[in-house]
Amino acid sequence: MSSKFHTSRRSLIKGMAGLAGATALSSVVPGSAFAAGLTVGFLYVGPKDDFGYNQAHAEGAAAVKGIEGVTLVEEENVPETVDVQKSMESMINFDGAKLIFPTSFGYFDPHILEVAPKHEDVRFQHAGGLWSADKHPQNVGSYFGYIGMGQYLNGIAAGHATKSKKIGFVAAKPIPQVMLNINSFLLGARSVDPEITCQVIFTGEWSMAVKEAEATNALADQGVDVITCHVDGPKVVMETAAGRGAFVCGYHADQSPLAPDLYLTGAEWNWANVYTNMVQSVLAGGSIDNFVRGGLAEGFIKMSPLGPAVSDAARNQFEATKASIMKGGFAVINGPMKDNTGNVIAEAGQSFEETDVSLESMNYLVEGVIGSAS
Amino acid sequence: MSESDIGLWAVPIAMLGGAIRVSTPFIFVSLGECITERSGRINLGLEGTLVFGAMSGYAIAYETSSAWLGVLGAAFFGALFGLFHGWICKLPKVNDIAIGIALMLLGMGLAFFFGKPYIQPVAPDLPALSFGFWSDVPQVQAALQVNVLFILGLVLAVAIAWMFKSTKIGLTIRVVGDSSDAARALGISANKVRLFSTAAGGALAGVGGAYLSLYYPGSWNEGISSGQGLMAVALVIFARWNPINCIWAALLFGAAGALGPALQSVGVSSGYYLFYAAPYVLTLLLLIATSSTTRALNGAPGELSISK
Repeated sequence: MSSKFHTSRRSLIKGMAGLAGATALSSVVPGSAFAAGLTVGFLYVGPKDDFGYNQAHAEGAAAVKGIEGVTLVEEENVPETVDVQKSMESMINFDGAKLIFPTSFGYFDPHILEVAPKHEDVRFQHAGGLWSADKHPQNVGSYFGYIGMGQYLNGIAAGHATKSKKIGFVAAKPIPQVMLNINSFLLGARSVDPEITCQVIFTGEWSMAVKEAEATNALADQGVDVITCHVDGPKVVMETAAGRGAFVCGYHADQSPLAPDLYLTGAEWNWANVYTNMVQSVLAGGSIDNFVRGGLAEGFIKMSPLGPAVSDAARNQFEATKASIMKGGFAVINGPMKDNTGNVIAEAGQSFEETDVSLESMNYLVEGVIGSAS
Repeated sequence: MSESDIGLWAVPIAMLGGAIRVSTPFIFVSLGECITERSGRINLGLEGTLVFGAMSGYAIAYETSSAWLGVLGAAFFGALFGLFHGWICKLPKVNDIAIGIALMLLGMGLAFFFGKPYIQPVAPDLPALSFGFWSDVPQVQAALQVNVLFILGLVLAVAIAWMFKSTKIGLTIRVVGDSSDAARALGISANKVRLFSTAAGGALAGVGGAYLSLYYPGSWNEGISSGQGLMAVALVIFARWNPINCIWAALLFGAAGALGPALQSVGVSSGYYLFYAAPYVLTLLLLIATSSTTRALNGAPGELSISK
């Protein structure tokens, strides 16, 4: 029985030597090719055509691919575990990547922080992580967009469209960026009518199709008539909500083909622009700032075209608000304001502009949001 | 929209709706596994079959514009997976559980590979029947949108229970499952019976997958199953290898799964992670409550590798 699968010692040694040789070669060859160009690595937590978060990043990567001298390596469905460390190591050692974009939030701590100190000549650009100069390595940078502003604009469209004065939000996990989106969505709607409330349901996972559909149905059962979300792939939420006759606001990417009549607008990433700038500055011999942020004005985010159900009044307020956001210094959180458990989060006269770093550690839901983070 | 305010009634209504919407894949996979296990084999690969069924069903429905052809296609590919499992397990010294795990990974890998072009397109959905016409509460009407496959699942459960009890085929499967020696003495080829039982189980799991992608949640993506195929295999043990009990178990799981979102929607929002664990806690409690210190695994087929 065992003799059938027995490998002789000689062939084993031969095989191992060959493997070692191949490893040595492949780490040398891309290294020499690097002089001519730049290998850029992208890692996604899900499939790169999910109508959402990963697709937005992959569209950015596709734009980078077109730049002369750039070799693109991509890997999708990389879990936020030690797997991502292995993937990054292999991109560095085998493909010779010198610039890596690990795009999921959970990749940062401890995975990027683990790998980065071992490869000081490689630049790690993480989406959304809170990089700080005194705690984290210099070859790591973080970038993100003020997409809360997009959810605020979504909220304006929703505030005009809702008849029940109830809008809903299907959220994945209660992290600061999600909380900011929920709060912005409600405050946008309240700028239309301060009576509006926003019901939030957390699914606990970035991608869990059945739970997202159940959450959307539960919202519709409560009479919610405009729904948006912050999950990795909004397709299920959009289709289920539209199936129940609710209006939808998109997120991450343009989902208007999924519900052409009921799609109001959507907050989209514009990573193509951001990544192209970053890669070109590296190719030109420059560097990328460790801490990069931008909003509508900087071309980090964009809004989907307004749908057919958007009224003229809504359109006017939407465009006017968008114009004032473009000017910069726009604040969603303006005092006096309380959270939904009664704690004061902003005193009278106090306001948090979009660029305020303290918004990136938001841990509350404002008054009018029905739901809790824990 | 004219949704009326139903307050806390939303929770039981959502659980009813959830039981009907979410349970169907559980019903099909657990019925399929029930047939397979009654013949004395365990096919743990049904998670992979479910995912491949979801993908192939969606792809075929999209290419042919017919959701029902998608369901048939999913059943066909599910049967192929089952045949493959049955064929390998026929070889000597092969462990059916290990092959099942390998097939689970293979099914998911193949589904992800072939499914890439079908994540974006929108395929036709399976039709639903409205049983809520007697109510003027829109939430009740929405909860009672019942898919034809759900009804088919109920009918099938009764039919399979009848088959095991009073037909020759059922008796043959049970003999093979309880004692290969007895089957051999009767001149029955245990391997052949198990091959076809596993194929039938695979076909049903494929249909369960088609329900996921063609009705609820109603689109193909790689996270569509999130372990439902594995849960359904566990349900069979929970249901004590009885097709009718599989239905109750599946309904219970569907209802418990709807509990978390429904409670959050009426304002009970703290500790939602615990509510999401409700189906699993429930399973544990029921298994403990129905366990016995004197008998081991009541109703388990004698030839099953876990009861040997």
